[in-house]
Amino acid sequence: MSADKTAAGEANFVGAERLTTMLQSLGTPGFRPEAFQAGCVGPALLCPISPDDWAIAAETAAAQGCRWAAGWGDTQGERWVVNALLERSGDYLLLRTSFPPGRNELPSQAPHFPGAARPERHTQDLLGLHFTGHPDGRRWVRHQAWDERAFPLRPGAPLAGHPLPLTPPDRHYPFASAHGDEVNEIPVGPVHAGIIEPGHFRFLAVGETVLNLEERLGYVHKGIEKLAEGRDPESLARLAGRVSGDTAVGHAWAACQAMERAAGVEPPERALWLRTIFAERERIGNHLNDIGAICNDTAFAFGYYQFSRLRELWLRDNLRWFGHRLLMDRIVPGGVAADLSEAAAAAMPAAIAGLRYELGELKPILDEGSIFQDRVVGAGVLPDRVARELGCLGYVARACGIGHDVRERAPHAPYDRLAVKAVLRGDGDVAARLYVRYGELLASLEILEECLRRIVPGPLRAVWAPASENAEGLGLVEGWRGEIASYVRFDGTGHIARFFPRDPSVFNWPALEKLILGNIVPDFPLCNKSVNGSYSGHDL
Amino acid sequence: MNKILSKIARVGIVTETFKPLTDPELDRLGAELKAVLDRRFAGSLAIRQVDAGSCNACELEIAALGNPFYDVERYGIHFVASPRHADVLMVTGPVSRHMQAALLATWEATPEPKWLVAVGKCAADGGEFGVNYASCGAVSNVLKVDAVIPGCPPTPTDLVRGLLSLISRR
Ligand code: SF4
Repeated sequence: MSADKTAAGEANFVGAERLTTMLQSLGTPGFRPEAFQAGCVGPALLCPISPDDWAIAAETAAAQGCRWAAGWGDTQGERWVVNALLERSGDYLLLRTSFPPGRNELPSQAPHFPGAARPERHTQDLLGLHFTGHPDGRRWVRHQAWDERAFPLRPGAPLAGHPLPLTPPDRHYPFASAHGDEVNEIPVGPVHAGIIEPGHFRFLAVGETVLNLEERLGYVHKGIEKLAEGRDPESLARLAGRVSGDTAVGHAWAACQAMERAAGVEPPERALWLRTIFAERERIGNHLNDIGAICNDTAFAFGYYQFSRLRELWLRDNLRWFGHRLLMDRIVPGGVAADLSEAAAAAMPAAIAGLRYELGELKPILDEGSIFQDRVVGAGVLPDRVARELGCLGYVARACGIGHDVRERAPHAPYDRLAVKAVLRGDGDVAARLYVRYGELLASLEILEECLRRIVPGPLRAVWAPASENAEGLGLVEGWRGEIASYVRFDGTGHIARFFPRDPSVFNWPALEKLILGNIVPDFPLCNKSVNGSYSGHDL
Repeated sequence: MNKILSKIARVGIVTETFKPLTDPELDRLGAELKAVLDRRFAGSLAIRQVDAGSCNACELEIAALGNPFYDVERYGIHFVASPRHADVLMVTGPVSRHMQAALLATWEATPEPKWLVAVGKCAADGGEFGVNYASCGAVSNVLKVDAVIPGCPPTPTDLVRGLLSLISRR
């Protein structure tokens, strides 16, 4: 069975001791992965382990300081294949186990990596693989749209499912509760008061102080993983660009990178520079939006209008130069679908300089605005220990001094030729998350200038070579929210057999539950905005 | 404070008239809009936006209507926090099955007379997601739709045009 080629049949499982050696050897010069008879998936070293060792592998990896970066289930033929992506100092290791259909359970890794808890529940709901010893037995992404015995991602499950005329609301989810005369329970959502995505928050508050917050997400689950099955590369890129609409570039790049690695297609040099331009422009547009929104949530209307004005100008340039305000569908398998015209190359430096100048002007206004500072400093503090445990990413982690940035630690072309330095703060509060974004705006402007200096002429797109059966790839890019991981496996006809996109929000959402504790309920919108998790990217 | 004031003075007012709205037909629509709003809604139109499963890009563009370039409040159009205050529900996304009941409840909670505008390709026809085990597809599969504003996502200008035409049609 060809699955054995990629699933590395169970005969070659690596034991826990060898895993330790492997982990210790990661990052050491001269370390040869072949010595472990394991292959690679994208930039990650593949480490096949026995299902019985699944928990001890997690324990070993946690003890070695690894971060749990993603987990997803798959099926190949009759067999189960389960993956857990680990990272340490920019080295990625893909733990994989595989077992026959009779068994449909696996020990949970969540006791060792709290961030794994929700992804495992997601796998459980969609694939029906049971994680034993999991700290939280409740369902997660499944509400009532499908039966608890129906598993939409299992082979043969119909794309249309078996829908009821009306999907009943999920009324009986067992939220954590507290008793006592002083405790109020405040349900919020799924329909929120602003122009934002839907989700449910359940607060337990004493007076105005938040005692506990529980998130209930999954409202915008629209079957992305299932919809990907059978797509061609072009159409997968389109879907990936809509995993989270504010990260159209990031997710499309990660998915294309995964497909290209699987198919052995190298995008031309010019396309890589253009992708970088798109990605950095996306980062800038979103950071401007969020800084404005944070100002708005403190009733600092001046800040909101200034930053939303700058964002609008930025998006108009996207439209003028690249044909879409949010740069959707500009990244395609093998390259890009929009070029940098001479006119754009000539006009962009002035726009960059203009934005830099305005940011310089606005910074002291934020710094000296005592009412504004009063709201953001010390609000929503996330302890760095918690951020590490949960595997937080992007500005949420960097505001706690945790510096993982794919562009710096595990750079793919052309970042390997750019000097990217993660922007760090240490306080972990709303202000720190805001100022990390501010620093990233300025850093991205520099990267854009560098791109304009170094972009080369040439073709925009490589000819696509269909991937072979079970060819797989992993895409890893630094989206504006943080590391995006995207896994792709092809079927025998050049179409997609499995697509799993992991948005950074998966690990930043649980952080919101922690950083709000002890704050007052009216500060929740502000704290929430400073994290700005994606619902769509989380729910899939 | 001086810094703020000098910044305000230098930036000035950036609110634009919409180029697409300066053609004669749209000028007429604009005038009609005001007349219709005055007659039917006492001079203002309250919109409740409901994301029923979108990818969030539609929301970003709808939210941009509040930035100083578009500033739709000057037409008497404003976004409200509760369906009870709304004349129009602006619905985005393919309706995820998990949002189906919430969308229906929101529509129920909106007082008559009320309209429903489906915004974006997903809301119009299911878009990239269509109908599947988790998605009801187009908003019209769940509720009666009064108008559709297409685009993936529609730009703020598309949104203003769509709203103006919806209102002046009535
Ligand atoms: S229409 Fe496009 S932008 Fe709007 S929700 Fe659908 S995919 Fe996203």
